[in-house]
Amino acid sequence: MSSMNRREFLQMLAAASVAGVALDSRSLLAAENADALYELPKFGNVHFMHFTDCHAQLLPIWFREPSVNLGIGGAFGKAPHLVGEHLLKAFNIKPGTREAHAFTYLDFAEAARIYGKVGGFAHLATLVKRLRGQRPGALLLDGGDTWQGSATALWSKGQDMVDACKLLGVDMMSAHWEFTLGDKRVQEIIDKDLKGRIEFLAQNVKTTDFGDPVFPPYAMREMNGVQVAVIGQAFPYTPIANPRYMIPDWTFGIQDENMQKMVNEVRAKGAKVVIVLSHNGMDVDLKMATRVTGINAIMGGHTHDGVPQPITVKNSGGQTLVTNAGSNGKFLAVLDFDVRNDKVQDFRYKLLPVFSNLLPADPGMAAYIDKVRAPHITRLEEQLAVTEGLLYRRGNFNGSWDQLILDALMDVKGADIGFSPGFRWGTTLLPGSAITFEHLMDQTAITYPYATLNEMKGERVKVVLEDIADNLYNPDPYYQQGGDMVRVGGMSYTCDPNAKAGNRISDMRLNGKPIMAGKTYKVAGWAPVDPTAKGEPIWEVVGDWLKDKKTVSARKVNVPKLIGMKGNPGIA
Amino acid sequence: MEMNVTRRTVLRGAGSLGALSALIAAGALKPAAVFAAEWNKGAFEARDSAGVLKSIGAESATENNKLVLKVPDIAENGAVVPVEVVSGIPNTTSIAILVEKNPLPLSAYFDFSNGALPEVAVRLKLGQTSLIKAVAKADGKFFIAQKEVKVTVGGCGG
Repeated sequence: MSSMNRREFLQMLAAASVAGVALDSRSLLAAENADALYELPKFGNVHFMHFTDCHAQLLPIWFREPSVNLGIGGAFGKAPHLVGEHLLKAFNIKPGTREAHAFTYLDFAEAARIYGKVGGFAHLATLVKRLRGQRPGALLLDGGDTWQGSATALWSKGQDMVDACKLLGVDMMSAHWEFTLGDKRVQEIIDKDLKGRIEFLAQNVKTTDFGDPVFPPYAMREMNGVQVAVIGQAFPYTPIANPRYMIPDWTFGIQDENMQKMVNEVRAKGAKVVIVLSHNGMDVDLKMATRVTGINAIMGGHTHDGVPQPITVKNSGGQTLVTNAGSNGKFLAVLDFDVRNDKVQDFRYKLLPVFSNLLPADPGMAAYIDKVRAPHITRLEEQLAVTEGLLYRRGNFNGSWDQLILDALMDVKGADIGFSPGFRWGTTLLPGSAITFEHLMDQTAITYPYATLNEMKGERVKVVLEDIADNLYNPDPYYQQGGDMVRVGGMSYTCDPNAKAGNRISDMRLNGKPIMAGKTYKVAGWAPVDPTAKGEPIWEVVGDWLKDKKTVSARKVNVPKLIGMKGNPGIA
Repeated sequence: MEMNVTRRTVLRGAGSLGALSALIAAGALKPAAVFAAEWNKGAFEARDSAGVLKSIGAESATENNKLVLKVPDIAENGAVVPVEVVSGIPNTTSIAILVEKNPLPLSAYFDFSNGALPEVAVRLKLGQTSLIKAVAKADGKFFIAQKEVKVTVGGCGG
């Protein structure tokens, strides 16, 4: 029903009811809300559109929001650590609606069948054009994690996404996974493709030798008579979370002292509105907003939190809005400021879900996407198996997609224990769907995809789990890395997120028997950051396994027993 | 970033040894004087930070916000962690840097004389997540600044 307007849809509904087709009340509501969703009157005179973490998803997809996103310490019970009904309540969203479906995991498979897929660059392009038409001068900001996440992005070394972003009209971007293409490729794209079109901004990337800036820290524009500045913040822990050998000569970090310097610099140059385009992750953004003054809004990503409203953070210089715009092309954020007498008087923010059925595909972008896919279409559409259960990834501890990867990996490698990285990207498949090679690549397309089998002592397994748990649950966001917990197959364990570093993991068991510190176990994994690690790509391991199975039953998702999380609104 | 290239080229051309010799010739660095300074054996061989502080006489050091310690929150590479200490306390005559969890915590001790600016930057090896302590001496009094640097196995982000 992509080209169907509301009247046609209602006519179809009437015809369907005459024909005796059962329609529930939600299908009717879906039709009624359709037109209103994208009516967003222009406000003020300074406008930003923002998407982030699209992970190279050019086509419409499904993406299930998490049912576990725990907030620890000061983050307890606060956005973005709210899931399901708790999130709906906090942001006044009516349950059972289209928006409730966009922002939560609730009733996911059923609601997804009613409301259809989300995102897709052709549909996003239509929305961007519509908003630009109403908002002359609006800037389109891309928070990064754009050149990675699909087969075609991997095979073209990011080129398909670079050209798609140019066509979409991105003005400025920052980055994270882009760096896993390697420093030379990033520089090549900036020099050959982005020059004069898209500003690649990062105030917190320096050379390891002299500490010289690698990229421009900010860009300034005049918009409807108002000077505005956008400062870029790349993911601060790229060389830790991803292989350092990809970017050996660059050093990152949060660098909020330099951020303050940049804010002061652009203010001195006349900026009346200062935006930070951030890939910090929302918890880090919230802390940064208390420490750095003079920023109007930090428009963030990395943690893939679809937060319906900005969080206002007070600081010694006034206040800063902190937003996070979800992932996988599912949302487009619109931030309008009313700037008069050299001051921001007021603002409006809306995080718009991109429902592909409600936004017709932009013909130019659709044609471009077809062209990019055409040479690979047979390989992309190869059916590997059919899934009986819902396959999703996002969530603090595990997802059914990762469980499938773990099951395949441990089976093929003959391992006792399996580890799968806590990536937050990766799309969702509904029960009964075909799993194509493209879908598998949506979970695994990285430049260091090696599947490994290592012998590890029980004590080492504990150290690894403790280390990653601290990256997720350290009460100070500046010590977090923004991924989810490593997914664990084969063994059970207990996790106490509130405990101190080194004391969160306990009762590790394999087949019911305690894991012994001195005993050696066979541990399979993938995505090693070690430059010497080798192995076949994970998609070969899982792909062969799927082809052998033909039909995959619903996975039993292995999650730890949790301590002290009762009553936490970050868990369903 | 043409500026970087230029700077790097100039230094390459001069050669790092050459540049250093020039500094030594100009009197900015005096190796003999450095090595002649008193070697505090007890402090460098102490196995815990309390022992180090005692050996350098800094047990009662107080916090002072003019003593600035710059370290990363999470180390990109535990083997070479950049640590910078700048003292804005007048008459600072020495700066010590300790890595609390290292087997021998005292990593560096600098003496400043004749009004040399008390600013140092070093790269230190950390075996594990640890507090880093900077201790400055000024007018016979000791001041301390400290911050935790996390060392992690890496991977799994994003």
